[in-house]
Amino acid sequence: MTCRQPLTPVLRQLTRTTSFELGRQSSRSQASSLARTAAKASAASGSRRCFSSSQPRPLKATASVRQAQSKDDFTSTKYPEIKRDERFASLTPDHVAYFRRLLGGNGSALIDGVTGEAADDLAPFNSDWMRKYRGHCQLVLKPSSTEEVSKILKYCNDNLLAVVPQGGNTGLVGGSVPVFDEIVLSLGRMNQILEFDEVSGTLVAGAGVILEVADQYLAERGYIFPLDLGAKGSCQLGGNLATNAGGLRLLRYGSLHGTVLGVEAVLPDGTVVDDLSRLRKNNTGYDLKQLFIGAEGTIGVITKVSIQCPQRPAAQNVALFGLASYENCQRAFREAKSQLSEILSAFELMDEGSQALVHQVTGSKRPLESPYPFYCLIETSGSNVDHDSEKLQNFLESVMEQGIVADGTLAQDETQLRSLWSWREGITEALGHLGGVYKYDVSIPLSQMYQLVEDTRARVAEAGLLGDGEEHPVRAVVGYGHMGDSNLHLNISTRRFDARVEQVLEPFIYEWIAERQGSISAEHGLGLAKKKYIGYSRNPTMVGLMKQIKRLYDPKGIMNPYKYI
Amino acid sequence: MSALRILVPVKRVIDYAVKPRVNKAQTGVETAGVKHSMNPFDELSVEESVRIREKKSAPGGVEDICVISAGPTKAQDVLRTAMAMGADRAIHVETKPDDDLEPLTVAKLLKAAAEQQKSNLVILGKQSIDDDANQTGQMLAGLLGWPQATQASKVEFGEGDIVSVTREVDGGVETVRAKLPMIITTDLRLNEPRYASLPNIMKAKKKPLEKKTLADFGITGEKRLKVLKVMEPPPRQGGGKVEDVDGLISKLKELGAI
Ligand SMILES: Cc1cc2nc3c(=O)[nH]c(=O)nc-3n(C[C@H](O)[C@H](O)[C@H](O)COP(=O)(O)OP(=O)(O)OC[C@H]3O[C@@H](n4cnc5c(N)ncnc54)[C@H](O)[C@@H]3O)c2cc1C
Repeated sequence: MTCRQPLTPVLRQLTRTTSFELGRQSSRSQASSLARTAAKASAASGSRRCFSSSQPRPLKATASVRQAQSKDDFTSTKYPEIKRDERFASLTPDHVAYFRRLLGGNGSALIDGVTGEAADDLAPFNSDWMRKYRGHCQLVLKPSSTEEVSKILKYCNDNLLAVVPQGGNTGLVGGSVPVFDEIVLSLGRMNQILEFDEVSGTLVAGAGVILEVADQYLAERGYIFPLDLGAKGSCQLGGNLATNAGGLRLLRYGSLHGTVLGVEAVLPDGTVVDDLSRLRKNNTGYDLKQLFIGAEGTIGVITKVSIQCPQRPAAQNVALFGLASYENCQRAFREAKSQLSEILSAFELMDEGSQALVHQVTGSKRPLESPYPFYCLIETSGSNVDHDSEKLQNFLESVMEQGIVADGTLAQDETQLRSLWSWREGITEALGHLGGVYKYDVSIPLSQMYQLVEDTRARVAEAGLLGDGEEHPVRAVVGYGHMGDSNLHLNISTRRFDARVEQVLEPFIYEWIAERQGSISAEHGLGLAKKKYIGYSRNPTMVGLMKQIKRLYDPKGIMNPYKYI
Repeated sequence: MSALRILVPVKRVIDYAVKPRVNKAQTGVETAGVKHSMNPFDELSVEESVRIREKKSAPGGVEDICVISAGPTKAQDVLRTAMAMGADRAIHVETKPDDDLEPLTVAKLLKAAAEQQKSNLVILGKQSIDDDANQTGQMLAGLLGWPQATQASKVEFGEGDIVSVTREVDGGVETVRAKLPMIITTDLRLNEPRYASLPNIMKAKKKPLEKKTLADFGITGEKRLKVLKVMEPPPRQGGGKVEDVDGLISKLKELGAI
């Protein structure tokens, strides 16, 4: 049976996207990621009655349709203040010959633009998911074992060749792509699931395993991966650890700093750090694996991961609320915690602006009849359907009766459940399709969290930059995020690049956050995008200590240079 | 035109997003601990009935929308969902867990129900996604002696109890016309079912739900068919992966394809 999906109108939308430097999407990533959004978003609407469900598709297609890129796209052109570190050697055919010998004659282990022409194949490794950054990398290495990683890094360290570790390349701060001619070390071939203990739930896997693949493997065994996020079809476990990704269920399963039991990593000098413990408890000395979690590839390459996975919940429910004010969202959160307590597994916030844009891109039927200024998505996960349903019913009745919630819906089947989630998970992609996006991923005390969106919107409007007409560079200022973790995503969706926009936004937003002791990067990390602003969230002593660690582990500075701290 | 009294049969089936598994004894699919929900085609029937009322598309109006389900106690969940979507009331015909009703039995039950409820329009899903029989609507029409319009993608009402139904057929559409009372079975393109809103979910809890048994309709769950064996389709022969274009070409040569 074929699916009818609102894909055509979406594609038509897309051709209107103007090409400018900020958030340009290539047709490569557009078509496929779109298909995914559309498929997901319309799972319960357009295609809910289509009974041939297909496998989830990754965000990125393998075929590379190259789009004409101008030299203005290069990070090095856009940020002329970043200079290539002249200590680093430039790649020579001799270097390439070494790597070729090391990785074997196998053509797929290496993409070589040094001795041959490989621009097309290199392109996807050079630009990031948002199409905001673009490097000049000429060599991609795809090792398939820890030993190969070790030999590569040792050689690079000895020869002063800079390296960028790359996973699924879905990072949102420009950390996963080179700035100049750094070598890309792609972990995609280290994609073996190595062991799983069905009693303890401990999974050991290669860093290149795709998150969704790991989760599907676990699902078949009654377990769930403790991390879930919108990019799950593309991002890799190593990348998840390297960015200390938070995601949609941190509220329930906690941060990777707690769930990761062990890490195997390789230091720039080739040393293999074997800390691949399967133990929950191990108080024997400094917990060094923690340094690799969130290090964004600046002190070494993660090659293997050992992680504690919880039992997959037998019963899941999802409700979506429409609320009249942010105040009511907070009350709903408070009630959810007290009434749903141990079964609450996600509490997400979306404002009307973000939902209107998802609707504009996907064309899917909106779950609630009329619009509300705010929406909250609530998920429960438990082991007993009847127990959970009863609790949830009582909770729903109570928040409706108290007038906290104006309207809402409760997914009646799995398809509706997935579709409701798509209204939250699909925001990042939908915004990406509409054009350039300034993204701020911040952590602020809950009571003031949405105020940032309102203040920013007012400021952009005051500067005359925000409006419906084409003459305004800013289309919308929207907020959404992991309310349960006090984590807000403030996104400014633009129609075209206009230098005034950035001037209005920065440093205003960072100062606003610093005044409230918030974090300027809650879960996406620093990469290249936020490197300059670390001072707003960390004091000089802290930054000093971090620099010491960097020097200790990577004395020659070859690991992911120009970024992080 | 007569006011419509619509009867909407709904079935609780394994959720369509869940992959069914054959049980160890190979007598059926595993249902214990598996998520169930309303048969998607039945959602279309409920939605269509509610829309006929909301859009006032029938000149005589809609007097009653009654949903009916034969199944275990849990079938009441799908009846509540249907009432949250807008049905007025529900009838639950409780069956024993291993009572697997055959289409003919269901059709006989629905005939009795339609007569008892004085229905003049029965809107059914064209099939349920668990058995895929696609028979109940047709058998019901036969038993009642009413006209039937199957696989509807559009339903319109005219004067004098006339109903026009557009159906999708191979290579185009076909429009049939009949007079009430009649049977309509629904197909995918008919409408897009709504999300049940929280206030309506609450209200649905207070709507009447009548509990009955097969005997109340003079039906015995007698079986004419015997399931011999249920098997998974043979697993697809996995394809091999090649590392690069050269690998692909040599593989194709090996297979004699080029
Ligand atoms: C649609 C979408 C939704 C997202 N949602 C969330 C969210 O909810 N929460 C959240 O926290 N993030 C989110 N992200 C961003 C998130 O950081 C990434 O999706 C993911 O964690 C990165 O994994 P990756 O394999 O793509 O890493 P990459 O993007 O390839 O790399 C990210 C960083 O890690 C380094 N790195 C990668 N692999 C390794 C390795 N093996 N060893 C050492 N360093 C390595 C890279 O050098 C780079 O600095 C989202 C992104 C997208 C596109």
